[in-house]
Amino acid sequence: MAIAILIAALAGATVALFFQPRWWFPDAISAHARAYDSQLVITLWVVGCIFVAAQAALAWVVFRYRDRGQQPSAAAGNNTLELLWTSATAVVFLALAFAGQGIWAGVHLAGPDPAALRIETLAKQFAWTYRYAGADGVFGRVDIRQIDDASGNPFGIDSRDPKGRDDITEALLRVPAGRPVELHLKSRDVIHNFFVRELRLKQDVVPGMTIPLRFTAETPGTYEVPCSELCGLGHHQMRSSLVVLPPAEFDEWMREAQQKVAQP
Amino acid sequence: MGVSARTNPPGAKRLGMWLFVVSDLLTFATLLVVYTALRLATPDWPHPFTLSPAILYATGMTIVLLGSSLTMVWAVSAMEAHNRPRTVRWLLATIAGGTAFIVLHLAEWRHLLQVDHITPAASLFGAVFYAVTGLHMLHVAAGIVYLAVLTGGVARGRFTAEDVETGGLYWHFVDLVWMFVFPLIYLMAVRP
Amino acid sequence: MDARGAAEGRTAVTLFSTDHRVIGKQYIGLALFSVLLGMLLSLVMRFHLVHPDSKVRLFQMLWPDGAPGGQMTPELYLSLMTMHGTIMVFFVLTTAPQSGFGNYFLPLQLGAKDMAFPVLNMLSFWTTALSLVTLLAAFLVEGGAPLSGWTAYPPLSGLGKITGPGQGLGQDLWIVSIALFCAASLMGAINFIVTVIELRAPGMGYFDMPLTCWGWFVTALISLFAFAVLLAGGILLLLDRSAGTSFFIPAGLVVNDQAQTRSGGSPILFQHLFWFFGHPEVYIAILPGMGLISTVLGVFSGKKVFGYKAMAIAMLAIGGLGFVVWGHHMFISGMSPYSSIAFSVLTLAVGVPSAVKTFNWLATLWGGRLRFSAAMHYALGFVSLFITGGITGLVLGQPGLDIYFHDTYFVVAHFHLIMGVAAIFAIFAGLHYWFPKMYGRFLHEGLGKLHFFLTFALVYAVFVPLHFAGFVGNPRRYPDFKEYEFLKTVLPLHIGVTHAAYTLAAVQLLFLGNYFWSKRRGAVAPANPWGADTREWSDD
Ligand code: HEA
Ligand code: HEA
Ligand code: CUA
Ligand SMILES: [Cu+2]
Repeated sequence: MAIAILIAALAGATVALFFQPRWWFPDAISAHARAYDSQLVITLWVVGCIFVAAQAALAWVVFRYRDRGQQPSAAAGNNTLELLWTSATAVVFLALAFAGQGIWAGVHLAGPDPAALRIETLAKQFAWTYRYAGADGVFGRVDIRQIDDASGNPFGIDSRDPKGRDDITEALLRVPAGRPVELHLKSRDVIHNFFVRELRLKQDVVPGMTIPLRFTAETPGTYEVPCSELCGLGHHQMRSSLVVLPPAEFDEWMREAQQKVAQP
Repeated sequence: MGVSARTNPPGAKRLGMWLFVVSDLLTFATLLVVYTALRLATPDWPHPFTLSPAILYATGMTIVLLGSSLTMVWAVSAMEAHNRPRTVRWLLATIAGGTAFIVLHLAEWRHLLQVDHITPAASLFGAVFYAVTGLHMLHVAAGIVYLAVLTGGVARGRFTAEDVETGGLYWHFVDLVWMFVFPLIYLMAVRP
Repeated sequence: MDARGAAEGRTAVTLFSTDHRVIGKQYIGLALFSVLLGMLLSLVMRFHLVHPDSKVRLFQMLWPDGAPGGQMTPELYLSLMTMHGTIMVFFVLTTAPQSGFGNYFLPLQLGAKDMAFPVLNMLSFWTTALSLVTLLAAFLVEGGAPLSGWTAYPPLSGLGKITGPGQGLGQDLWIVSIALFCAASLMGAINFIVTVIELRAPGMGYFDMPLTCWGWFVTALISLFAFAVLLAGGILLLLDRSAGTSFFIPAGLVVNDQAQTRSGGSPILFQHLFWFFGHPEVYIAILPGMGLISTVLGVFSGKKVFGYKAMAIAMLAIGGLGFVVWGHHMFISGMSPYSSIAFSVLTLAVGVPSAVKTFNWLATLWGGRLRFSAAMHYALGFVSLFITGGITGLVLGQPGLDIYFHDTYFVVAHFHLIMGVAAIFAIFAGLHYWFPKMYGRFLHEGLGKLHFFLTFALVYAVFVPLHFAGFVGNPRRYPDFKEYEFLKTVLPLHIGVTHAAYTLAAVQLLFLGNYFWSKRRGAVAPANPWGADTREWSDD
């Protein structure tokens, strides 16, 4: 009796919370992010209905069949029912599974775009660094023996490789709005995770691997990048920022940066 | 065990050992899966072994271990024939075989470590080699203790044929594992 | 010998008893101790999350190095979190429902005198105890407890001190503890399986067993395979740490500005081994509860369990499918995106038997005459929480959506609702239901119901809001939320959760009081107080 009411009340409160605007996603800034949001909303409606249906059914049977001296039914099973709800759930769940694949494919199965701006992203305990290929558009070789954070060479760019001379190493991730970007995620020590909420993108950064991550940010602005894989005592402070600039500003910045590295 | 001997139908212990074997096989299988995965991902996988002496030597170890399985079979059948003295003798022979295997194996390890400088840290091959053969050696050692207890009991008139058979099950299982280790770890590391 | 000697003799006997009843109670005692410890840790964590800067003398007394001047360091928070998770998953949810209730009632319900191998049974309990001691020892050693979470991913867990305090001896002890726990669970699993296969009463077929026995049986089968793999993973990780091997450690690492001399292992490989165990483990945690809940719902609605056979088969299906979905913990790990798709389909498929169980529970209540005992309350609470916690699994099961939610508080909310509390509710139900059999007395019904209502409401208050921290993108395993602008907005939410958690913990005192009071003073119970038809009530 009382428990039926409580179940209903708690389920109701839970659903109600989903309509509060305060704690929700930040605005989407890419086509993928928008696709993500719509897929999520669909999913939330489906599972929300399941949730409400199931909890309501529970509350109702508890209320309806509370002890009022009635004779319990002798029903002990019904194969048609079993078959019915098994296949019903199977259909719903598998439909969800397949509906969900679109956004996944969009992020991970789309091939590389030759026009994309390639940026190497290096994670280490507990900082991020980004490397642009520079004027020649080619990344210089690296040599871990030359890694030296103090002199600003966390990648260990090989000084003997001329192609590396013009590489630009940065603490902020600057990208032009509207242009496809391809990050090459690398880690120097343990597993980290690159996460941009507004892009609805998250990817582990695994030592020993180079993992590509592709996106096209549309809205200029500065977005926080929190490390999202436990990497040690500084995990919660391993912060970086994605700065999306209007194309003109980006080119301007890039020119200056290239000049800086050009002067010895 | 006394209690269980009374309440359990015959075959319970054998079933228990079978379950252990299945689960333990999975542990070894996991190591071999790891081995496969790493090997496939490593272009220049080392092939340190020469047919002679390395493989010849390992073949010798294999024969010793197989022999101990044979003596174990005889121990079991002796027990079924209610001939405890003979059972004890064959069990002791089995223990001897197992001990010989371990001695040979340790000698091989020593040679690999000190002369050939194949260490666990040096290469993934070393890592896999010592992990798998080491775990197997632990099983042989445990088996020797197990059989020793069994022998003592049988000599003093305790334990049934099922107990000896169960012990045999474990021992054959340890051999079986080696029958995977030998080709996968040794033969597949022979210098071409 | 004199009386004292005799008494000591007796305690020694009960301590190392091979009687399944004693061992069952010992396991439950161990779980009770562990859950209280885990609960205290969670309170300290909750406190620190919302008061990251406040100095607490108590912390300094407990962890001189971890909380200098009472100011908790991030590494201490992470090690508390690691221990909280490890204790709760292994020493509470893998012991109480299976080894605790299972040991006590499986033989009784099958009509057997005892478990198949009583001595092995005693050994597995004491191995578990040793494993717990080993784990807790990590708090005391130099560097403290490990900080790599209950999932202990290498390289963080594979390189030793250099990756952080607690990653030295503390992490070693953690791995050894887990290895011991694997051994103990294997012994237990073998014992359970043989008991079910060999010791069923004459004429009792598999499909005549109560669903509780099915729960324990399937759980034992899962344990037999899952722990074997975890054991291998643990051994290899230990070798990476102690023997300088590099199974899970790639070449060319520079940690703390020190170049590592390791040759190309694979960090993701460990994740595969861990989750091949890890996902079945979560079903190990819930299946015994599912069996028990089915029984309780049947008894107190005066009906037979609806769709008995479907229920048993659903458990087998969950057990089987549970072994092919582990990849859903690794969607973001960098493994092949194609395998993610396969894992996702299988993951949603495993939801189907779970749904089938839910429907059959509802159908069991349908047309019944419900008697609302305390046990019945917890059982109904279990069903509600299982739905609430399970439903979010359907969101996480889609790799596309998991992209955002992975490693956020949304996941924390998911598994606390379905594991952290649904499974715990099964334990509460079991204790209220079987207490009369175990101690000859009732747990106080009124107190039990009061504890239920408060706990039920409060767990929703604690864990439902955390979903929304997940929506904001709040990463888990963060000792504080000061570094980020976007996390400032969730702080009020966390403050609310923390207060709810304090209250929730306080409410648990009702249960504890009830438990220890009823053991001695509770109303004396008749032989079959609930009018159940399973054997445990009719024997001796
Ligand atoms: C008891 C433990 C338990 C149980 C039973 C489950 C059950 C499920 N879990 Fe959960 N899970 C955990 C414990 C558990 N989980 C833990 C501990 C973690 C985190 C580990 C860590 O990282 O620390 C985790 C993490 C986790 C993840 C990884 C998230 C991430 O890290 O990114 C995923 C992803 O797929 C997942 C999915 C599921 C699914 C699909 C189920 C399904 O089995 C759920 C099935 C239940 C239902 C579906 C609801 C009831 C059914 C109905 C209401 C019927 C009505 C339906 C219809 C009418 C259609 N879980
Ligand atoms: C059974 C599992 C379980 C349980 C019960 C709990 C209970 C609680 N947990 Fe925890 N938790 C985990 C399993 C569990 N947790 C795991 C696996 C992690 C992940 C760790 C990691 O990331 O590595 C985690 C992580 C975790 C976090 C995230 C930390 C982070 O990511 O930074 C937080 C934060 O709020 C938290 C809080 C709590 C709180 C407030 C409770 C409260 O609900 C506590 C209240 C207690 C109860 C409701 C139980 C009461 C029971 C009894 C009194 C007796 C029962 C009887 C017997 C056992 C005989 N837990
Ligand atoms: Cu880097 Cu967490
Ligand atoms: Cu899972």
